[in-house]
Amino acid sequence: MKLRILYFARLRECFGVAEETLDFAGATAADLVVHLQARGGVWAEELAAGRAFRVAVNQDIVALDTALPDHAEVALFPPVTGG
Amino acid sequence: MKIRVQSEAFDLGAEVAAMSKGRTDIGAIASFVGLARDLNEGSGVTAMTLEHYPGMTEKALAKLVDEANARWTLLDVTVIHRVGRLLPGDPIVLVAVASQHRGEAFTACEFIMDYLKTEAPFWKKEETADGERWVEARVSDDAAAARWNPS
Repeated sequence: MKLRILYFARLRECFGVAEETLDFAGATAADLVVHLQARGGVWAEELAAGRAFRVAVNQDIVALDTALPDHAEVALFPPVTGG
Repeated sequence: MKIRVQSEAFDLGAEVAAMSKGRTDIGAIASFVGLARDLNEGSGVTAMTLEHYPGMTEKALAKLVDEANARWTLLDVTVIHRVGRLLPGDPIVLVAVASQHRGEAFTACEFIMDYLKTEAPFWKKEETADGERWVEARVSDDAAAARWNPS
């Protein structure tokens, strides 16, 4: 499937990328996280188990076992700090 | 219902006046304004920049207001959140809730703020004498939101 992936705040800065498109063979948000961790370096570090980050699919925060629809807009970001 | 994400300042008086203009059924308007502080985590903050997720932000705020409307009988809700660079003392966020009686207005206003802090995709980066730092989410904010859903 094709995904559009967005990164925000500290993750955008750490990864040095705000947005990318990805041809992805996995099924769930958790699969995507594993795929990104495998890039190593800051990716492995920031997305390691126990690190706090959120995943949104088509602009709704989801649990990691959520299936990704084709052409989904997926966003990874730190816990929010507005208000 | 009015939901706005903007870089410009807002005027609490004007927003509250706009809610009750031309109607006589409103008996109470409760409002909250959050301001940028000059101190956080024990060190001075000279400025902060608020980043957000355009598109999702508006959707998340609308969802919060829908949830408040489902829980209480509200006559109008205004939520305004600023983005961009702000200085200490600058207003960041406004929530105003109109209802027939004060109880629902007070409670719904607090509910919306508590959920905004944990659900709406905004992130603060502070400028300090030691450089820039991203604000970390607080466990106390999660607890404040969780108390609205007793298990």
